[in-house]
This record gives sequence, C-alpha cells and structure tokens, in this order.
Amino acid sequence: MALEKITQVSGRGVYVPGNDIDTDRIIPARFMKCVVFDGLGEFLFFDVRHTPEGVPTGHPIDKPEHKGAKILLTGANFGCGSSREHAPQAIHKAGFRAVIAENFAEIFFGNSTTLGIPCVNAAREDIAKVAAAIEKNPAIEVVVDVAALEVRFGGDKIKITQRDSARDALVNGRWDAIGELIDGVPAVKATAAKLPYLAA
Amino acid sequence: MPKSLFEKVWDAHSVRKLANGQTQLLIGTHLIHEVTSPQAFGMLRDLGLKVLMPHRTFATVDHIVPTNELVEPYKDPLAQAMMDELRKNCAQFGVTFFDRATGKQGIVHIVGPEQGITQPGTTIACGDSHTSTHGAFGAIAFGIGTSQVRDVLATQTMALGALKVRRIEVNGKLRAGVYAKDVILHIIRVLGVNGGTGFAYEYAGSVFDGFTMEERMTVCNMSIEGGARVGYVNPDETTFAYLKGRPYSPTGAAWDAAVANWKSFASDAGCRYDDVVKIDAADIAPTVTWGINPGQGISITENVPDPTKATSDDEKAGIIEALAYMKLPAGQPIKGTKINVAFLGSCTNGRLSDFQEVAKYIKGRKVAPGVRAIAVPGSQIVALQCEKLGLDKILAEAGFEWRAAGCSMCLAMNPDKLIGDELCASSSNRNFKGRQGSITGRTVLMSPVMVAAAAVTGSVADAREVFAVNN
Repeated sequence: MALEKITQVSGRGVYVPGNDIDTDRIIPARFMKCVVFDGLGEFLFFDVRHTPEGVPTGHPIDKPEHKGAKILLTGANFGCGSSREHAPQAIHKAGFRAVIAENFAEIFFGNSTTLGIPCVNAAREDIAKVAAAIEKNPAIEVVVDVAALEVRFGGDKIKITQRDSARDALVNGRWDAIGELIDGVPAVKATAAKLPYLAA
Repeated sequence: MPKSLFEKVWDAHSVRKLANGQTQLLIGTHLIHEVTSPQAFGMLRDLGLKVLMPHRTFATVDHIVPTNELVEPYKDPLAQAMMDELRKNCAQFGVTFFDRATGKQGIVHIVGPEQGITQPGTTIACGDSHTSTHGAFGAIAFGIGTSQVRDVLATQTMALGALKVRRIEVNGKLRAGVYAKDVILHIIRVLGVNGGTGFAYEYAGSVFDGFTMEERMTVCNMSIEGGARVGYVNPDETTFAYLKGRPYSPTGAAWDAAVANWKSFASDAGCRYDDVVKIDAADIAPTVTWGINPGQGISITENVPDPTKATSDDEKAGIIEALAYMKLPAGQPIKGTKINVAFLGSCTNGRLSDFQEVAKYIKGRKVAPGVRAIAVPGSQIVALQCEKLGLDKILAEAGFEWRAAGCSMCLAMNPDKLIGDELCASSSNRNFKGRQGSITGRTVLMSPVMVAAAAVTGSVADAREVFAVNN
C-alpha cells in the first residue's frame, strides 16, 4: 500500500492553549455513538466551543481569521485519557494535518501517527513564539518540517523533536503499518505456535 | 540475564522488527466492544480482509447499553445501531460475543478476567484505555485506537515500540479505611498524570502481595490515568487461585503446565528497571479528587489547594482552571462539599468485593435526601453474585438504585448522566470536564466505601468517621 511521504505540512496555524487537554475534551463521548468516523470534525472541542446552551464561546478554532488552519498548537500532555481514535479523527476531519505540543499522551500519539498526522514536540517558549507570530498575523504560513525537525514561520524558525520511529514512518510513507503487518503473517503464525496458550 | 515480566512477555511475543524500528508484536488475546470496533470491521471489509484468529477475539457490549432498560430496541436508536453492528460483525467474522442473552455480558475489563480469558504471560489489546486492568494477572495489556483494532483483527499483531519499566513498590500496612483505589489515586498524585508516559508500571511490594485480584485490578485499571499505557503485577498463588476453574482456564494436566509456564514470566530477582519508586503504605490516606484530572487528588482531611500558594505558574493556572470548573473555594476543606449523585460501579470498582464492602457498611443506613444514588454491577455475573448474597437488597434498602451491567455513568454514552452542574461522588476513573455527560457536571473520584459515606451524609465525607471502618 503506497502511502504519502509526509515530510512537511504547511498552512495556517491556530493556538489552543492549555495543558492536559484530554480526549473527552477533544471529542466528548456522546459524539462517539456512531459506526463510522465521518462527520466527527464538527464536534472537535465541542463542549469548549459552546456554552451549555449551545452559544459559541469564541474558541480559537472558530475565529474567522483561523478558519482553514492546518496546524494545531497547544500545551503539555495533549490527548491524555481515553484511547479513542475518534480524537485524532476529529482533528483530521476538522482540517488539521499536524499538531505541535510540548508533549503528547502515549496512545493519542500512536493513533495520530497511524493516521498520518505528525505530532511534534517543541519547547514551551518556542510554541509561544509561533503563537505570538500567528496572533500578530494569522495568515502567515507555518511549515512543520518533519524531515528537518524544525518549524518555520514568518522568517523565523524553531526546533522540534519527534520520536524516531514515528518520524521514520511519516517521512518514508509507512505510517499506517497494516501492509507491513500483513506481510509478517507467516512469521506471526510461527511465533504463535511457540506459545502454549496460542498453540492449542 | 535477569529480566522483568515486561521484557519476557515482550520477547516471547515479538514477531519481527519493522522498517521504522518498531516491533511487530503478537497480541494473543483481543477484546473488542461496540464503540471502537465498528469502524475497524468497516476497514477490514474495505480491504477485503478476514479476522486472522477469531478464536482469540472476544466481544462484549458495555459503553452504550442502558442499565435500566433491558428490552431491545433501545430508546436511543444510535445505541441500538451500535449493538446491531457488533452482533453482525461478530457473526460474520466468527467472533465469540458475550451478548446479554449469554448471561456473561459486562464491562470488557471485568468479563475477560471472570471468564479466565485474561492470563499471565500473555499479551492483550482492546480499543479502550483501561485495558491496563488485565495487567493485574501479569499480562501485558494495551489500550489501542481503532486502526490498531483493525491491525489486530487482520494480523493478530500491532506495531509498537517497547516501553520502559518503572517498578512502584508499596510496602508496609495500609491504614484502616484505605483501599486499592486510594493506593492508585495516591500514586497518580505523587507521579503525576503524565509521569508514566513511555513507561509500563510494575506494581509490587507487600501491599500488592497481600492484595486480592480485584484489588490489583483496581490499581492496574487506572495506570493510564497516570500516563502509563501498561500496568501489571507479577503473577503469584493469588493469581492462580483466582483463575482455577474459570471457563477459559486450562484444566487437568494442562493446568499444571500452565501454572509452571505462568510462574516463569514473573520478573526475575535482580532484573534491571528504568526507574524504581518506593511508597510507604502508611502515607496513603483515603483520597479524593478536587479537580479535573485524576492527579488532582488530596487526602480527605486536606484542604483544596490555594492557587496563591502554588509553586509554579503552571500549577497555579491548573488550580484556577480546576477550581473554577469544580466551583470549589480555594484553601477550604473538601470534606463537607455537598453532593448530588453517588455512583458505584465502572471497570475500576464494579466488582463483587466493591459491593460487598459497601454493603457491609451501608446496611441499615439511608442515602441522604435529595441524593440520586445508583449501583451498577460491572457484569451480569457480578450482578448475580451480588443478588445471591442479597447485596442488591441491602443497597436498595439504603436508597441505591440497583441496575443492570454496563459502563453507566462513568462516561455517559448511555442514559446515565449528570444533569447541569451536579456533583457526583464516583467510584469511576476519570474526573475530566464533562466526563459524566453534562458539560458542567462535576466528578469527585473516590473509593466505593467513600462513595457510600458521601451518599449517606449527602456530602464528601470521611468514611472512617461515617462508618466504623475496620478493613
């Protein structure tokens, strides 16, 4: 299965401040009552974007100047909590193609990488720098360069890091492992045959 | 070279190295449920793939089932659609489904152990972050996303990097009124909600040696709330005694061989750990959360934090945000905070011993006026066990509504939800904003006996004072 080589993602950025933004906040559980992922984009951050009465709260991603943003910037421990892939699915379907954070929760990170969404780590002050540049001019292009491990914006740049296995998978177009896993099925059966609980 | 259980299980299940450096890891047991599997089966159909090992794949329904409505079609057509989809997928792909009609349905992390499917030295995956529960048996159990559910269905493997291992030793004797739930809330408080990122937690020490399997499950269950994807306890005689005679446990000569094999997976003395943390059991108090993540916990006798006394800007901002949401005054005792709802249940605390312990203390007491109290067994088997012992009646006489098995108010994908800014004393595992189904609903996590104490007093209370706790 030929997959796109994701070496860089560019577009407008939007900063959603906060640490420990959990997957219930990214996509509240009630929107998971579905048998397909279609349509999840509009429910991204839903309960933060609306009051209990349904009035928009002016969340950053709803601001007209950030419409069409592709790069999401945020704080530490982004995506903690549940293993729901609905969270990165909602982020993707809302148009985002990369996330920059101080760090990510484990399961969320893996789920996002499998969908081809680069999750890259940056220092807090560097994220603040990009956020400030976006606030000054929301139209600037933010380039998340996974290959070069840097983010470029308005003539400036910051360093980013990413786990080697994820970076390799993205830049070489093997972020969805299914093809490779299928190739390994004969070896899977051999490994299973050696384990008493699977050999029986 | 001495190895940890994690390394042994990892090595035994490693199929091969993948191009990006990750490992293709064999998943011996795949547990599925209605929320995170339908899209995976859809992807399987799109790719024209089959389930590689249907006999190693087990399904149940838990998140969306109404616990007060047993007859289908359910009032919520979306819930019914998810139920129908799971039934269809299991039938088409030859997967065993513990449907309600089997009498074995329940929360996936309660069903696996009670059927004897969860065994030491195995790998388990499930599209649910609380899969770490199964680590109580010395299994390595991963919560996974839907694409990985697809991967495991199609290949019985997934791509993964090895985790580091942190041994968390709790030694000494727990004080009266301190439960397994308090132990894990304390650990998360000490190590932080993201302290476990990149780690598997190995829980050990005299407290874990003395714990029952249900207590071990309560702790392992919440590993992910501390950021650790995996948590486990080394298998021992307690583990084997629990498994003996369960439907999927080996029998006869195969049992003896299995026990010998299981023992061989326990961490070797002198093995290397990436980190070791030691906790004195005597330092653990009945713990409750005051904020919006499970690491924001305090002893029942402490005061809610004061942002002006925070030691960093981050901590300060976190306290301000949490207190604004929780509508709690800074620097005041948590004890005495009025509650509206009491919830007993969930994959953390929805097992027989949880209801036994509550029944022991609540017998003859009454839920405070105005408090909505529900008790939700984690599985149909737990429900039956409780009913045989008359625990359902004791709870009902006290004023708890006795429900059918399911996830219920832990995550509110079913009719059990908070309303408005109701405050819930909850035996569940997450106190995130909106977690229990209302955008402004508030959750205070605690042990089941503390939930009972809150229910009878109508406020967050110290169970040691409300009941003469002598566990």
